[in-house]
Order: sequence, then C-alpha cells, then structure tokens
Amino acid sequence: MTFRTKLLATTSAVLIASTGALHADGHATHPVTGETLASDQSFTYRDLDESPSIDPGIAEDAAGGDILRDLFEGLYNQDAAGNLEPGVALSHTVSDDNLVYTFTLRDNAKWSNGDTVTAGDFEYAWKRAASPELASPYSWFIELMALENASAVISGDADPSELGITAIDDTTLEVRLVQPLPYFPQMLTHFTTFPVHQATVEEFGSDWTKPGNMVSNGAYVLTEHVPQEKLVRERNEMYWDNDNTIIEKVTSLVINDENVALTRYLAGELDRTDVPAGQFPRLAAEYPDQAVSVPLSCSYYYMFNLRDGAPEELQNTDVRKALSLAIDRDIIVENVLAGGQKAAYTFTHWATAGFETPDIPMASMTQADRNAMAQELLAGAGYGSDNPLSIDLVYNTSDSHKSVAVAISQMWKQTLGVETTLANQEWQTFLEARGNGDFDVARGGWCADYNEASTFLDLMQSESGYNDSKYVNPEVDALLAEAKTSSNAQANYDRVEEFIAQDTPIIPIYHYASVKMFAENLEGWPFENFQQNWYSRDLYKIAE
Amino acid sequence: MLSFIIRRLAVAIPTLLILVVISFILMYSAPGGPFNSERPLPPEVLANIEAKYGLDQPFWKQIVNYVYGVVTAFDFGPSFQYKDRSVNDVIAQGFPVTLTYGFWSFVVAVTVGVSLGVAAAIKQNSWIDYLAVGISIGAQVLPNFVMAPILLLIFTLWLGWLPGGGWEGGQWNYLVMPVIALSTSYMASIARITRSSMLEVLNTNFIRTAQAKGLPMRRVIWRHAMKPTILPVLSYLGPAFVGMITGSVIIDVFFSTGGIGQFFVNSAFNRDYSVIMGITILVGALTILFNLVVDILYAWIDPKIRY
Repeated sequence: MTFRTKLLATTSAVLIASTGALHADGHATHPVTGETLASDQSFTYRDLDESPSIDPGIAEDAAGGDILRDLFEGLYNQDAAGNLEPGVALSHTVSDDNLVYTFTLRDNAKWSNGDTVTAGDFEYAWKRAASPELASPYSWFIELMALENASAVISGDADPSELGITAIDDTTLEVRLVQPLPYFPQMLTHFTTFPVHQATVEEFGSDWTKPGNMVSNGAYVLTEHVPQEKLVRERNEMYWDNDNTIIEKVTSLVINDENVALTRYLAGELDRTDVPAGQFPRLAAEYPDQAVSVPLSCSYYYMFNLRDGAPEELQNTDVRKALSLAIDRDIIVENVLAGGQKAAYTFTHWATAGFETPDIPMASMTQADRNAMAQELLAGAGYGSDNPLSIDLVYNTSDSHKSVAVAISQMWKQTLGVETTLANQEWQTFLEARGNGDFDVARGGWCADYNEASTFLDLMQSESGYNDSKYVNPEVDALLAEAKTSSNAQANYDRVEEFIAQDTPIIPIYHYASVKMFAENLEGWPFENFQQNWYSRDLYKIAE
Repeated sequence: MLSFIIRRLAVAIPTLLILVVISFILMYSAPGGPFNSERPLPPEVLANIEAKYGLDQPFWKQIVNYVYGVVTAFDFGPSFQYKDRSVNDVIAQGFPVTLTYGFWSFVVAVTVGVSLGVAAAIKQNSWIDYLAVGISIGAQVLPNFVMAPILLLIFTLWLGWLPGGGWEGGQWNYLVMPVIALSTSYMASIARITRSSMLEVLNTNFIRTAQAKGLPMRRVIWRHAMKPTILPVLSYLGPAFVGMITGSVIIDVFFSTGGIGQFFVNSAFNRDYSVIMGITILVGALTILFNLVVDILYAWIDPKIRY
C-alpha cells in the first residue's frame, strides 16, 4: 500500500465514522503537492459540438479525443509537458533498421469488466481501424503510421490479417513499419491506436459505444451519453492506476454558443469553457486567475491558387510576396484576435517539439520596411495606381475569419492599392471550391496530427492531398523525403520554411492559441502540453 | 366525415413521396458531401466509406433503396455524421425532448394568448386592451434569439434560480426558460388573432340578440362568442403546433436541450443526408397530420362546415 492509499483509507474511515462532517475542509490532500482537496471532485466542461463518434477506431475530432483519452488507454500517454510516459506499454525496443518495434505491455492493465488488456487487443483494434469493413474516416492514420501493408489493407487489396502488427504473447506486441519514422512512438498516444475489447464489439456491433455496453480500459468508464446534451464518465475501479485518480466524475456538456457557455461558466455550472473571440483582454483583466491563453498546435494561413488556369497575376512570385509583406500580423494578433495568438512568418507552429523557428528575413523587419519592400515588388511586377491589382479572397463563414479578412483587405488596400473582393462561403461549399481550385486566395487552417514539424510541412509536398495551393517544388519534395528518415531533420525543415518564405505559395498569418477559462480551484491542467492532450485523471480540485 | 379522413390520408402518401424525392434531389445538388472536411480523405478511405453507406451507387438506386427501407422496415438508415447512431436513434432521442418543451410552449401560448386576446377585446380601448396589445407587440418584436440570452442573464447569472441549460430528462426547472422563449412570439400572434376575431364576433347580430335577451355578459362570451372567435385561431394553431413540437434550433442551441431542431440544422450543414431526410419526413408527416386534425376540429366546432 502506497503512502497515498493509506492516507485515503484512513481519511475515508474517519469520514465514515463521522457522517455529517462530509463538508468539513481538509479531508484529503494531494499526494504530491499536499494541497487540501475539495470534497467535490467532479469536472464539468463545455464542448462545442457532439463528437461524430466515441469509437476509438472511428472517432475523428479533437473533442472526441479528449473523451477517448479518459475512457481508453493506448500504449503510451503524455505527461503534462507532452512527453511520453508508459500507458499499457511499459517500454519498447527498436530493431537496428528502425522498422520493427517490440513493445512490452504491463500485465496489470484491466478492462472495466475485469478482463486483462493484452497485446491481442491492440492487434484487433488496429486491424479493425484499417479494415474497409469498418470504413473509418480515420483509417488513414494507420497509413500515416507507415504500418506494413496499411495502404493495401485500406484499399481492400490485402486482408486485415496482413497488417504489420502481431501479438507475440499477451504482453509482447510487435509492430512492423515500411519506413523508419522517428516520431512513431509519439503517434501512439493518438486515439486511433487505442485498444478495443473484441468480445464487446462483436456482441453489440455499432451499439457497443453506448453506456452499459461499452467496456473500456482507461481511468474512466462511460456512464451516461445523451447526444447533443452531455456525456458523463466516472472513475473506473478496474484501472491499474485507479488509486491515483482524484477526479471522480467528468461531464462534457454540448453548448454550441460560446457566449451562452461563458454565461454558464460565470454562473458556476462549468469548470472550463472557451473564451469568445475578442473577449480575452476583458476577461483576463476581470478574472486574472481564470482566463488562460496557451499555444495551440494549429496555423492560420492564406493560400494562393497556383494551378494552371488560375489568375495570371498570382503566378508572379513578387506579387505573392508583396501581399504577404503588406500584412501587419501584429495588428491581427493584438487588435483583431487579442487572445494570445502569435504572428506567424513560418508555417510550422513556433511551439512544435524539436522545432527551432528559422530566421525568415521578413520576421525581423519593421512593418514600415516590409511595406516599402512590398510596394517596390508590386510596382516591379507592373501594378500601381493606374493598373491596380484586384483579387478575390474567400473564407468560410465565421465572424473571426471575417474580421481577419476585412483587416487584411484594408492593409492591402492602404499599402498596395489592391482591390480585394471578400466572399464568405458555407463550410461544405467552401471546402469544395477550395479543393477544386475555384479561388484566387483562400483561407486555410491546419492543426498538427502529432507534435513534429512534418505534420505541417508535408502540406507543401507536391502530391499531398492537402496541398490546395498545388505548390510544386521538387527541392521541397526532396527535403521532406529526406527528413522522414533523418534523425535530425531541423536543417531540412529550415530550408523548407525558407522556400515557403521565398516562393510564398501560402501566407502564414498567425499561430493559434487556446483561450479558455478555468475554474480557480481546478489544478493539474497540462498547460505545457502543446497538443493540449489532457487526461482527467491528472486533474484535481483544491478546497477553497 | 370518415370518407373525408380516408381521402385525406390517401392524398398524404403521394404528398410525402413527392417531399422525399424533392428533398433528396435538393440535398444532392448542394455542393460538398457528408465526408468532406478541412483534411480531405485519401481516395481509398473515401471509397470504403461511400461503399459502406451506399453512396457509390447510382442516384436512382439510392433513392429507391431509401424509400424501400423506409416503407418496408421503417428504417431511415445510419447517420453519416454521428457514426455510432442511426437516424432512428437520433429521432428517438431528440423528438421526445422537442415534443415536451413544444407541448408546454403550446399550452402556455394558447392559454395566455387567448386570455389576453379575449380580455383585450371585451375591454376594448381600456387600459386592459392597451396593456394586452402592448404585451403582445412586445413579445412579437422580441425574437427568441434575443429573448434566450436575456433570460439566461437574468435567471441564471443574476438570480441563480434556474440552470443555464441542459435537459436532464425534462425536469421542470430545465423546462422553464425554453418554454418561455419558444412560446412568447406564438402567444403574441394568438393574442392578436383572438382579439380581432373576438371584436368582429362581438359586433355581429346574434351577439346583440343574446345581449338584448338580457343574458349576462359572461354567458354571452363563453356560450356564444367563443366558438366563432376560435375558428381563425384554430387554423393558425395547426401549423403553429407542428412548428413548436418539431423544435427550434434557437432553443436547442441556447439551452443545450438536445432537441431535434439542432440536429436538423446541423445535418444540413454537415450534409448528413440520412438525418436531413428522416427529420424532413417527420416534419412533413406531422404537418399533414395536424392540418387534418384542424380540419376535423373545424367541422366539430362549426356545424355549418361539412366535408
């Protein structure tokens, strides 16, 4: 018995003996920090929308990921700083060619029904996630992991049994890759790689994710789920590290409107909510201990259409560069967004692990110098007051995208005399137009799939399905290919960022921040975790 | 009467079928699709998904399969967006919520609306009339997306009397704000229709006769004036009732009730074809049903009407 469990046992004995004194302060303290814990250890937070799925194999959104990290546990977890820590796997070894990973699993990991979590559960889950039969929208993640035969399994050319994962025995798992991936272990904290309980899935079919049916191996179990209203999860007594879980009950409430959510937060109904755009300065002044802005692993950018047949004027690098230079990013982040976002001159988010932001010349210039250079470049390209450049800028309907677009079009107008026509499109229409190349300049946003620069820079690869600019540069392709197998890819990433600055297929505008309100007594939030991957079992509430 | 009902129900079936076909065509002609996202799916992944949901088949076959599933098995298919659920799950969860707050809104709107209208008409041009007209105009011009946040501010943040949202199976304290927000504008319309209808009736000869006979005012109103007054109100109530029980996206968004209005609007944004179809059919069927109910009530209240 550890020190902490002894302590809990004693305090609960005392509590049981003195019923009615339940609200007395100081009935338990945090095992590490020694802070006095609140008697109510429930955590309630706002989600923007109902998640499409809470089946680890099918799930696709970040909010669903938050839920799944509570309900399930993969091979590895992330600590408060985003570093790997053992989950179901205790450790792994890698073959000399970096292609075969062998994981040693803990023998005390349990499913919520008492079954032991085995290597076979992972094998089943990964094969299921890749199978055409499940048709998961996230099956591409298995492909991204470069698992042997992943592409063939997904396209139906190989049987799922041929996927590069084998349970050697209950506690030994072998994974085979087709190419070395330096960040492969980091990918194992993603929900697509979480194990699922085969007997449960087979018994209930697609109903297995409903409360009462679901068997899971995380620190919490699903106890209630009313779509578009709420999802409740409670402590899993079978979890191997249950003794260290402090939060008893976690509730996510679906509240579409962020202002309503803020009202409910201020009324004390929520422990965490999002700060509506533009309100951070006010809230930070009023509630300095509650309003928090931390870097979030996404980049906001504008892309140029570089396809054949796209408007001629934007095929000129100088024109694109002038447009990039003329954007005063400091005004965007400080006055328009005002939520702790940072001006971007590189596509890769500045806080990405192992990434040192390279020196992009534009970044160190003053805005006056940038404007002067922009004017010069645009004049050199033959545009001026007698021949003004006019472009269409399209973004998906949203107040904050609109504010940014309006500000930027004003900057272009004032500095360069460019006439910008703004058009907002409903989301699906926008995606279709952008994917089909039906735009001059379009808004883009990209969030990291894993904490490494290639998750951003791979978009610049000529053949990438996400390269909506259709930017083609063989040198960039070669640099990116080389980075995949290099143990130190920073030099390659620097070069790619330089190419982006030089060729300007896109204009990086700002790097996202996550702006939220947190209840004053909520502790243990992993603010340092760049992907904001949090686990409810790390949280606790202190007595006020 | 019976043959009238049978005839109306028989017409309802082709009406619904036409509704299905038109919605199906409109839906498919909208740009985008259910599986588009910021991050386009690799073609082989998209192919698997389209095969799973039958989207790889020709358009006519999809529509035939769909109608066949609905007619034979009452199966509206799986939701494309909420992949753990079927459309039947979505409706089974959302519709009771909407039905509950819609029903209570209806009760409130009718009770308060008719009372206000009658009171205003009887005491025409008195302070009661002005007050009633004032209230109903105020309620009419205050849209529920303004009303909802104001209610939240007052009852949740300032007074702390009511929870700011959620449903919790429809407990009364979770119902109060949705019902107020949803019922006010309906209440206002009902009050105005009732008032003008009552004024018209009060000026007719048979009411004057009743008064001349020396009947007490209360009896004149309840016994003679009420029935003809209510007829125009009734034709408003049919569609209004359907409107209320099939939900309001505003109510669902502001009070996180999990009702069907929100699913309906989200499904349109997400191109969740099967959910759009399922809810469209539900709303269509209810509209047809309640129009029929209104017609039957008409005949029952007004003996002059015979079908």
